[in-house]
Amino acid sequence: MDNNKKETAQVKKKVLTEEEKALKIKKLEQKKLSKATKVKKKKKDRNEILSDRIDSRPFSEINELKIHLRSKKKKRVNRSLGGDIALFVFLALAGTVSLLPLILTVNNAFKPLDELFIVPPQFFVRNPTLENFYGLAEALGSSLVPFSRYLFNTVFVTIIGTFGHVIIASMAAYPLSKFKVPGGNLIFGLIVYSLMFPASVTAIPHYLVFNALGMIDTHYALILPAFASSLGLFLMKQFMSQVPTELIESAKIDGAGDIKIYWKIVMPLVKPAWLTLIILLFQSLWAAAGTQFIYREEYKMVSYALSQIATAGPARSGVLAAVSFIMILVPIGVFVLSQSQVMETMAHSGMK
Amino acid sequence: MENTKNKNWFSRTYSKIKGWFSDKSAKYKKWKYETGIKIDRWSKKKPFRRKMYLNRTLYLMLAPFVILFTLFTIIPVIMSFALSFTSYNILEAPKWVGWANYLTLFLDDEIFITAVKNTLILSVITGPIGYMMSFVFAWLINELPGKLRSFVTLAFYAPSLAGNAILIWTIIFSSDIYGYANAFLIEWGLITEPQTWLTNPDYILPIVIGVQLWMSLGVNFLALIAGLKGVDKTLYEAGAVDGIKNRWQELWYITLPSMKPQLVFSAVIQISSTLGIGAITVSLAGFPSVSYAAHTIVNHLSDYGGIRFEMGYASAIATILFVSSIALNSLIRKIIRRVGN
Repeated sequence: MDNNKKETAQVKKKVLTEEEKALKIKKLEQKKLSKATKVKKKKKDRNEILSDRIDSRPFSEINELKIHLRSKKKKRVNRSLGGDIALFVFLALAGTVSLLPLILTVNNAFKPLDELFIVPPQFFVRNPTLENFYGLAEALGSSLVPFSRYLFNTVFVTIIGTFGHVIIASMAAYPLSKFKVPGGNLIFGLIVYSLMFPASVTAIPHYLVFNALGMIDTHYALILPAFASSLGLFLMKQFMSQVPTELIESAKIDGAGDIKIYWKIVMPLVKPAWLTLIILLFQSLWAAAGTQFIYREEYKMVSYALSQIATAGPARSGVLAAVSFIMILVPIGVFVLSQSQVMETMAHSGMK
Repeated sequence: MENTKNKNWFSRTYSKIKGWFSDKSAKYKKWKYETGIKIDRWSKKKPFRRKMYLNRTLYLMLAPFVILFTLFTIIPVIMSFALSFTSYNILEAPKWVGWANYLTLFLDDEIFITAVKNTLILSVITGPIGYMMSFVFAWLINELPGKLRSFVTLAFYAPSLAGNAILIWTIIFSSDIYGYANAFLIEWGLITEPQTWLTNPDYILPIVIGVQLWMSLGVNFLALIAGLKGVDKTLYEAGAVDGIKNRWQELWYITLPSMKPQLVFSAVIQISSTLGIGAITVSLAGFPSVSYAAHTIVNHLSDYGGIRFEMGYASAIATILFVSSIALNSLIRKIIRRVGN
């Protein structure tokens, strides 16, 4: 009897799970449907534009256009095969030229010492070794501060700076893009103007400001200005402007406050934008040396350690290539992972 | 009354004002009756303050960014403008010297004139060429199919991510026979003995230009690709019907006008990056470069600001850089607005 009961219970459980599954499937279908309707709407808009144009022409021309569109439905208009081939060859050549120095860096990183000093120098590595990476570990192990400390500094500044920047910039972009806050246009105008001059204009006053705030020799000197990077806010604001206003209004009617709307509704929708801010700031902070603000050895960054190795002369050129390899690998990896999202944000980067 | 006469000016005015606003005073009661009762505190009479009050959460959200932005961008710009009229070495208080810094810069400082000349050469060459390159490559990449496109984009964008990896160029242009440039040129018989690329004043600037161009496909390039991708495709079909025959006409009449905003953004980024060239010359040619052959305005600025601690003088350089980049930007923006009209 007991066994039977157990079995029935199990069966019930199974049935329940099946029902749940069915429910889940329904939900998924609904989601798909909603997506499909969105796509349909877009197509409709395009057709409407086209039909508007067609309707203004005489009937025979409309027919011709229809035939033309049908015959070249998959081919793009105004393209020739020869042009396509020439273009591909040109792009392949230019792309290789642009990548060559980086490929050389990678090759050099794996070359043993005797291959680095061959006459004439060889481009590609023949007997790859990890000698240079061991050399790097040795060179950095013998320095005053262990390499892990430099690495920690860079990683700490990069992560805190990037995270804070994304939060602060998106928090500021929300009122600027979706509301007519008094003074908002002035703030945004100033931000646009601040994109127009090189950062070195503010280098000296930065020192004085940090000095006044007691931030010399601390990580704040790199982190706080990164929080207020104006390029990030600009991109975020432009991207946020295309979040539908009705969505925010309906959430407001449902009783959500501004902060809740920002965090629960707007932030998930602008995911491509914050990935873009992450890659842009990550790249600049990862390469930042900060030598003009930070003098204590144990607070310095990896790129400072790299430049120290570079000054040691040609004997260290393999080690130098190894460090360069490590330094460039990280931002490129981040970019590869987030490329499509970055491009989506950049589509809204326009300026008048 | 005698009491009030004995008090000083400040306390007299204070008690006067207090008298106006104390509940017992007749004036206050009158004022309150006229303004306070009928109309509430944030009414039509004060629309701006009313709006500010209603939007207080939004202002709270804006606050962190605005405070940091003011601290690290607005105040520094104003400070460097103010300091440019003084002589200041951090230890002593700044002394007002009027236009003296600017006069010295333009009349007595030959190295500054060299720096201006180098910066002009660099920006006249790398600015427009870098911009055109970004556009041409973006335009060509846009013709490629999906997956190939993202790979080629990475190939062109990677150099601008390089950061410190540009030190590879010092190995390529190294002055001994282990340098790649020397070795290949000797092999091909173009030169007979190794050249000192980065310490020869004739070669430094062209090399810096080359490396800058190599790195110039950055954020502006990505913006242009995205802008091209966003051009409405039905426009091309309609254009074909209207008599557009090839890629060039398509580019001029359809593509360029419909991506103007991205063109402006890209130009702005390009200008501020070309005028800000400085770090590259230091890592390639050292500081200072041989006979100041690659000395830019930014190098001059960091020389006086970071090494000689003549902050007033350095601020004058910074102000000149600021004014010229803003002026150049507004000029270029005006030009781009006319494209395709």
